[in-house]
Amino acid sequence: MIRLEKINRIFQVGDQQVRALNDVDLTISSGEYLSIMGPSGSGKSTLLNILGLLDQPSSGKYQLDGRDTTQMDDEQLARIRGRKIGFVFQFFHLIGRLSAAENIELPLILAEEAPVTRKPKVQEILHRVGLEDRANHRPDQLSGGQRQRVAIARATITRPDVLLADEPTGNLDSVSGAEVIQLMETLNDSGLTVLIVTHDPNVGDRAPRKIKMIDGAIVADTTKRADEAA
Amino acid sequence: MRLPDLLQLASGALLRRGARAGMILLAMAIGVAAVIVLTGLGEGARKFVSDEFSSLGTHLLIVIPGRAETTGAGATLIVGETPRDLTLDDARALGRSHAIEKYAPLVVGSASVSYLGLDREVPVLGSTAELLEVRNWKMARGRFLPAGDIDRAQSVAVIGAKIERELFADTHALGKWLRLGDRRFRVIGVLSSEGRAIGIDVEELVIVPVASAQMLFNSASLFRILVQARSRDEMPAAKKFILATVARRHQGEEDITVITQDAVLKTFDTIFVALTMTLGGIAAVSLLVAGILVMNVMLVAVSQRTEEIGLLKAIGARSQQVQRLFLTEALLLSFGGGLLGLVLGYGGAWFLGIVYPTLTFMPPWWAVAAAMVTAIFSGLFFGMLPARRAAKMDPVRALRGG
Repeated sequence: MIRLEKINRIFQVGDQQVRALNDVDLTISSGEYLSIMGPSGSGKSTLLNILGLLDQPSSGKYQLDGRDTTQMDDEQLARIRGRKIGFVFQFFHLIGRLSAAENIELPLILAEEAPVTRKPKVQEILHRVGLEDRANHRPDQLSGGQRQRVAIARATITRPDVLLADEPTGNLDSVSGAEVIQLMETLNDSGLTVLIVTHDPNVGDRAPRKIKMIDGAIVADTTKRADEAA
Repeated sequence: MRLPDLLQLASGALLRRGARAGMILLAMAIGVAAVIVLTGLGEGARKFVSDEFSSLGTHLLIVIPGRAETTGAGATLIVGETPRDLTLDDARALGRSHAIEKYAPLVVGSASVSYLGLDREVPVLGSTAELLEVRNWKMARGRFLPAGDIDRAQSVAVIGAKIERELFADTHALGKWLRLGDRRFRVIGVLSSEGRAIGIDVEELVIVPVASAQMLFNSASLFRILVQARSRDEMPAAKKFILATVARRHQGEEDITVITQDAVLKTFDTIFVALTMTLGGIAAVSLLVAGILVMNVMLVAVSQRTEEIGLLKAIGARSQQVQRLFLTEALLLSFGGGLLGLVLGYGGAWFLGIVYPTLTFMPPWWAVAAAMVTAIFSGLFFGMLPARRAAKMDPVRALRGG
């Protein structure tokens, strides 16, 4: 459960102040699947970073599962990022020297989980994203779609509540892009909250709830009715 | 992060950097090796000088009758304390300690020596066969005093090279009979001039058995007893034994003085340890330079891996974990370099030992330990700045690549 109230984010660029987010209110329930669309510079990535606790708002209130995150210190924020939030990026951000399995294992290592419980989890999630036979391949030996599936596996191995995807198909051809979206939708079906920031209307339109942003503000927030979604 | 995970991640990152990490490793290794080789050199020089001194009799204790101290209660009360003479029996008693390897009683006097009308006043030493080894003298010809019963007053003499030249001119002295005071002695050996002696001119000396000298000078007392301890470590034990034994034999009075050559050696030791430390210190500067190189390579790593740092933070790494990861890499570099340096240093010392067999290159353990500690510490110190820089990165900017 996410609740944003009057979120502002102001960047200082030289002596000019740039208002990236302007009084944004947004409530996201558990298990929702929503897309955020809008032109470049509309603030959608900034919003995603704030939702993912990578960035802090200049003002406003962000409640995650009833707790005010704006009062937390860096360490608490890092712990919540590790436990409750999964990130998927346009450029995958896999670590090149590590194998697919090692990349996926990384969040568990950071959470100081014991190797004995880590390995089965990695195996299970590799199976889920359909990459068992690619476990020991390095990212440069994988296709773009496979890399993004590794990234999704990494983002979800800690069983987070929310998956935040920033242009997840932006660097993929349409076929592997569709596979990646399908994978995320499957995860959404099993209860994961999925939020996708995208330029691509084909991707954005699939989500039941669509948010449109312009100049740092939400200008449209539409939810398809169940019969329409089908 | 668990330690094995931390080490694995850090070493994986280092291996990927290959050549550059290898060069830093080498720089650190050279620093450590330099400390080891240079301190080994200093220590080798110290040992060399110490050994040279040993050949002069470093284990030597000199027992002198009488006590160099002020006793009594002033002018009002005269407490009589007459030092007893040292006797041959006292000397024999010293031979019973296992801390004492050998001893040579010494009687010194002056007598006129004559041969075929030529006459000369010379210092005469009365001693035993052990004197040759205790003082490290060498024979030019013939042999030294015979070993055996020290109470036997044999009429044999060993003379210095100058006496031979003066009295016997061009003929050989061996086997000839010369007159010493009112007694006749047969020359059985000539001392080599090379023999070292501190305070005695070996060239102009006549040595006879101690009992003969006592008869010659009509005195039962010894001038001193030279004692050679079994080793340097045994010297205090030997000294204690001598004092106790002689005191027991002299009705409980400690009326002798025991001096050693150890004091001189100690001074040399101090000088050489200081020299070794100076050399080690100079070499340690190269470890600091290596530390700066570690900082450089780590700063490059941090800026090259900005995205990785951003990602780690996005997937839940705390700042402290990021810092620890990069610090571990720096530490592995310096520690690995240190280990390589140990191999290089000991290898170098071994090689030098083969090239210069007279010197032993044995790096002192404290210098080796200090080199390793300095290497690791410089890795820690200079790795801190890059690691902190990584830890403090803003994740959003880092993910964009800075």
